[in-house]
Amino acid sequence: MPTKHEKDDITGIETTGHEWDGIKELNNPLPRWWLWTFYACILFALVYWVLYPSWPTLSGYSKGLLGYSRHADLADEVSAARSRQAAYLNGIEAASPAEILADTDLREFAVSGGRSAFAMHCSQCHGAGAEGGVGYPNLNDDEWVWGGSLEDIHTTISYGIRADHEDSRENDMPAFLLDEMMTAGEIAEVAGYVDSLSDGGADVAAAPGAALFEENCASCHGGEGEGITELGAPALNNHIWLYGGDEEALIATISNARSGVMPAWTGRLDEVTLKQLTVFVHSLGGGE
Amino acid sequence: MTEQSEEDLRSAIPQESVEPVNAAEHRPLYRKRERIYPKIPRGRYRSIKWAAMAVLLAVYYLLPWVRWGRGLNAPEQAVLVDIPQRKFYFFFIEIWPQEIYYWTGLLIVAALGLFFISSLFGRVWCGYACPQTVWTDLFLHIERLVEGDRNSRIRLDKARWGVAKIVRKTIKHVIWVLIGIVTGGAWIFYFADAPTLFGQLIRFEAPASAYITMAFLTGTTYLFAGLAREQICTYVCPYARFQSAMFDEDTMLVSYQPQRGEPRGKHKAGASWETQGDCVDCKLCVAVCPQGIDIRDGQQMECITCALCIDACNGVMRKVGRPSGLIRYDTGRKLGARETGEKPVVRLFRPRTLVYSTLLIGLTVVILGSLFTRSDLDITVQRDRNPLFVQLSDGSIRNGYTVKIINKAHEVRDFTLTLDGLVGAEMVLVGDSAIDSTSTVLTVGPDALASFRIFVTAPLASLQSASSDLQMLIVNATGEAHDTYDTVFRGPDAG
Repeated sequence: MPTKHEKDDITGIETTGHEWDGIKELNNPLPRWWLWTFYACILFALVYWVLYPSWPTLSGYSKGLLGYSRHADLADEVSAARSRQAAYLNGIEAASPAEILADTDLREFAVSGGRSAFAMHCSQCHGAGAEGGVGYPNLNDDEWVWGGSLEDIHTTISYGIRADHEDSRENDMPAFLLDEMMTAGEIAEVAGYVDSLSDGGADVAAAPGAALFEENCASCHGGEGEGITELGAPALNNHIWLYGGDEEALIATISNARSGVMPAWTGRLDEVTLKQLTVFVHSLGGGE
Repeated sequence: MTEQSEEDLRSAIPQESVEPVNAAEHRPLYRKRERIYPKIPRGRYRSIKWAAMAVLLAVYYLLPWVRWGRGLNAPEQAVLVDIPQRKFYFFFIEIWPQEIYYWTGLLIVAALGLFFISSLFGRVWCGYACPQTVWTDLFLHIERLVEGDRNSRIRLDKARWGVAKIVRKTIKHVIWVLIGIVTGGAWIFYFADAPTLFGQLIRFEAPASAYITMAFLTGTTYLFAGLAREQICTYVCPYARFQSAMFDEDTMLVSYQPQRGEPRGKHKAGASWETQGDCVDCKLCVAVCPQGIDIRDGQQMECITCALCIDACNGVMRKVGRPSGLIRYDTGRKLGARETGEKPVVRLFRPRTLVYSTLLIGLTVVILGSLFTRSDLDITVQRDRNPLFVQLSDGSIRNGYTVKIINKAHEVRDFTLTLDGLVGAEMVLVGDSAIDSTSTVLTVGPDALASFRIFVTAPLASLQSASSDLQMLIVNATGEAHDTYDTVFRGPDAG
């Protein structure tokens, strides 16, 4: 039996019987809209429990009558996205990098796909904008150590440089000081000559290191330091330097040699991704 | 009529049995709603409301069906909110998503218009034009046609449930739901080609969103106009609560003239009016009120100034042979003037109305001006930020840009892109085999946004600092449409 509570004198409404410092709470009914909304929510919850996963069990959870699952939703969406991409992916698989480049749809798809693959696998060394760094070539510019055609880029990405792969690009610049092929003085003269090469215009042949360069370096880097991409010998007569172009950096390079390593990506990435990366790198502005 | 003398007529003003259910003293917070059974008056304001309802409903239901030719590549519906394309069409106006500020401007103009009209004439929006009022009026009229006027409706509600009552109630609710369906149906026609969507709707091929929207609006129309009615104005609508901020003592409001009406009381035919006011206390003004108030209590939050009490009272005043206007549109200042016997004046030009109207006209002119002078062409340029710039083997500097061109014409157009502000700058369009040049032709489809990658190369010697100004200009083949974008060209820090 509910206890009879006193009525408030002014409003004539029953109180709850609670009192705090002389203040009594009126026992007004709940607003009807609120009450019905509350009941509706309870009903909704009951229906939800039956239809959807809601209760943990010892070994899992209640599945609900609809068998709804967010994991299944995700899997559906992923497979739907995959099937939407299938035409492009098949096209890329069948086409050569040059054919991809010629087809607007395939090229745009490959550039987008290549961009995300690049961010995942390449940006750690080459930078998020492919801008490179000391020892890691900038892929936006127009100098390519191993060539900037689609085929060259594809080969480099697939097999790497000085990597653990039989088709990897290999070369070996002598460490002229360590191998005692030149003295420190001669190296400084060659470095001065190389430095003057990139400035151009000056009477470079007169520089004291010219003869030494002709003798030791020209076989790989070319008579005018123009570089030979087939050998992976970079051009020395321009403004782009992989390890720095001031005399100090040049002396260090000639003395100790450089042999940066890029891993082979074939086997780690599928052929479609390799082609997308090729087209993406080619599209950065320096592709030949 | 002719056999009855005028005296008989005057004595035949019965007192309505009605209480203003929303009067201040009857407004407890915890009580079930008391139904209001508004009686229908005849008169000038009822006619205005009929006319307003006819015009507004006709506009609402018919506007999506109006055709408007725009040429081959654009919809031919006069008013269309194209959500998939994110475009809004209104007769000759076409608004793209990046011009959303026109919507903002329209909303501000609408708000200012509301403030302006409210400061002059009170809640005329509420009384005549608000959808809640229009549809409630319509639903009330249906109720009246099916169940009769006030007294028969009260009788019917009190009557025991029987065949007649069930039939009448069913007819009423069915008609209400049908109006709701038509109302929700008309709404969705604003968002798709109306004839196409109509065909899809009746063949049950329309998108689910169309049916869901229709069902939702059917429900809200039925609920708001049929069942909730005045409660929406009193409890839900915020405008009712802040209206008083726009009122002043010169605002025309529906007002009872107490100095003329009081002391109120029954009047016997032929008796003198010396000892009593003109109000015969027939309560007809309360019986016709859709908001359930007694206007004689003065201004109240619930009043939507529909002015139906004016019609009711004027009818009674005519019958008793007193001048009309015991309840009338009046300002607080005039009411006061009448009480003190001064000459009542109407002041339309006041700081408040002048400020509102100046803002309203100014903003409207600005919006229309910019709408009519805007270009059907837009260029935006985003400069690559990573890398900021690239040095090429010959020492020159290259920057990458994404150029976006919006062509709002309904035809394909070629635009010539040129550079300005940087000596020796040349560009190349990515995906185009052309070599470096000083101008590039970009083709953009009708009503389309096209994005192009551009590489700009400049000799190191022409760069004065790490950041040089660069302008990109586009012009169409005829030279009529052109636009410019100011961007920068980044290079290495000088020194």
